[in-house]
Amino acid sequence: MLNERVKEKLEILSDAAKYDVSCSSSGSKRKNTKGGLGNSNGMGICHSYTEDGRCVSLLKILLTNHCVFDCAYCVSRKSNDVKRAAFTVKEVVDLTINFYRRNYIEGLFLSSGIFKDVDYTMERLVRIAKELRTTHKFNGYIHLKAIPGASDELIHEAGLYADRLSVNLEIPSEMSLKKVAPEKNYADAYKPMNYLKSAIVGMKEEKKLLKSSPQFAPGGQSTQMVIGATPENDLQVLTLADSLYSQQSLKRVYYSGYIPISADRRVPALRSAPLRRENRLYQADWLMRFYGFSVDEIVDEQHPELDLDIDPKTAYALRHPEMFPVDINTAPIELILRVPGVGVKSARKIVAARRFAKLRMDNLKKIGVVLKRARWFITSLDRDFKHLNLYPELVRKQLLMPATNKVAINQLNLFG
Amino acid sequence: MIQVQPDLRALIFDGSYEGLLTAIFESYRLKISSAQFVAEDDWNGSLFEQPIVIETDHVKADRVVAGVRKKCGKKGVQLLYRTFLSEFPDVPQQIATFIRSAMASKLSIIENYGDDTVLRLHQLNKKIGREVHRMHAFVRFQLTRDDLYYAVIEPDFNVLPLLPSHFEKRYPAQRWLIYDAKRRYGIYYDMRKVEFITFADDHRLSLRQLSSDLLDDAEPDYQVLWKSYFDSVNIPERKNMKLHLQHVQKRYWKNLSEKR
Repeated sequence: MLNERVKEKLEILSDAAKYDVSCSSSGSKRKNTKGGLGNSNGMGICHSYTEDGRCVSLLKILLTNHCVFDCAYCVSRKSNDVKRAAFTVKEVVDLTINFYRRNYIEGLFLSSGIFKDVDYTMERLVRIAKELRTTHKFNGYIHLKAIPGASDELIHEAGLYADRLSVNLEIPSEMSLKKVAPEKNYADAYKPMNYLKSAIVGMKEEKKLLKSSPQFAPGGQSTQMVIGATPENDLQVLTLADSLYSQQSLKRVYYSGYIPISADRRVPALRSAPLRRENRLYQADWLMRFYGFSVDEIVDEQHPELDLDIDPKTAYALRHPEMFPVDINTAPIELILRVPGVGVKSARKIVAARRFAKLRMDNLKKIGVVLKRARWFITSLDRDFKHLNLYPELVRKQLLMPATNKVAINQLNLFG
Repeated sequence: MIQVQPDLRALIFDGSYEGLLTAIFESYRLKISSAQFVAEDDWNGSLFEQPIVIETDHVKADRVVAGVRKKCGKKGVQLLYRTFLSEFPDVPQQIATFIRSAMASKLSIIENYGDDTVLRLHQLNKKIGREVHRMHAFVRFQLTRDDLYYAVIEPDFNVLPLLPSHFEKRYPAQRWLIYDAKRRYGIYYDMRKVEFITFADDHRLSLRQLSSDLLDDAEPDYQVLWKSYFDSVNIPERKNMKLHLQHVQKRYWKNLSEKR
């Protein structure tokens, strides 16, 4: 018999958890144990996708949406009139195991509203992870929230069972955070982050010396901030992200375009979520993590906001015409990575392939380079002379133009 | 069909990978410089030429594999096997072309992305990789009364032989069966090893939803719970069906319980 109450709880508590964007199940390695259930092999798997196009990888739920806090941006805030529910430990364990056995999910993402106090809540989260790992020999992925203000002992224990932990900064500046979440502050969030950073490094060292020592949060830690609910610009957001990557060694910073779920007067009444801006922030984040860009090459005091019309790499290239064209047959990979339309994989392929023969535009296209953007910034064996590098404004116009109108402008510029 | 050139000889193999490799071996032994490799089932006959029919020989096939390994390493061996599973009609010829150039080159040609054959094989390999990854994601087991976790798939390519290791590592303590309803064979794991199996009559097996008399009592409940989870994590304000369809193409929906 279907337990209707469990179904209702699942609906309420997954609905309340869905605004946490992290769904990654990657970056951890956990082998299965004898007779155990599951593993993480480093590569995440999205088992399905929601209609908004987000990956469904983990069973993402709150233990409860009862909460003593009253954060303006959050659906579960105390003053909001919503249905409340709470899972038992057994219910969460049963759902996780049975979903996992059917290959619906990679594991569990468990967060919670704060009931009673922070440590009490954190202790419950840890207990569920512990029971899954020990009683049920579960080796799938577990992502736990490390709740700001929880004791070091509990955070440490969480690290022993979880693959990834995350402490959410929530809002990209402390001043704004205090306005929308009176009970929260940065110090409480940075404390567990810094604790985790040193514990992860320490336990890794230990594991090098003694192979049998336990894994500690092998998937590292991540955080999330809501974008657009408060007035911070992209320079502030990305500078903060950059410091989180370099100081706290985070694996990921997630940006969540604020969805106007709240009628709370402390946050603006947006008509729709700033999805375009969110997308540009992720592109900028990728440039910092995989393309060797520093934050001040992407945004600075003169350009504190990302250009919404063009991607940040193209924007960078247009601001630096002196760096282009790049000769793809001779340039070092660091420079090739800076060419708009060339991804990390294409860059590696270019460097590998040119050892055999010099490459033409046609080769690049087949390799996967987006020539629509790249062709303005490179030279190849074809000695294409369509470059407009001295006129960044023209390239910009060209890139923004709908496909059909292009021919005329091309012709003009050959002689212009 | 095939434009017959004076020195072009057709080599007919049985359609298996070993068969193709044997045919490639024979093309060297018989000094046929330009050979056409055709699977038995694809051979339409020709008035003008007498094809050479190749009998699959594992020793000869292994020698070709050893040659590829020597020139291009394990990666090269894997590349060729995986792309063969794509079942594209041009693949046997591409594989043969690859092997010819690999043998003739001093350098391993595997990273020569400027070469059309090498690039084509890499692109096919990527397609195969995607399909394998999709199957890792989209297999949906249903628990039967006799404790078997059962799933039906209909992959675009013949990727079933590439699936066992993933599922074996993940579910070592449960019996499972993944059945390719398109190609009518499956992989079965009995908690010790994986075996390929076929059924004389697969009528009941290829049903996407097993009838309730075959299912464990709790199975329908978990399908309902999964579906309701899937529905409630959706954020309507962010709806983006284009992106959704890009990730979960419609042809896979029929075997995904949450999308039915």
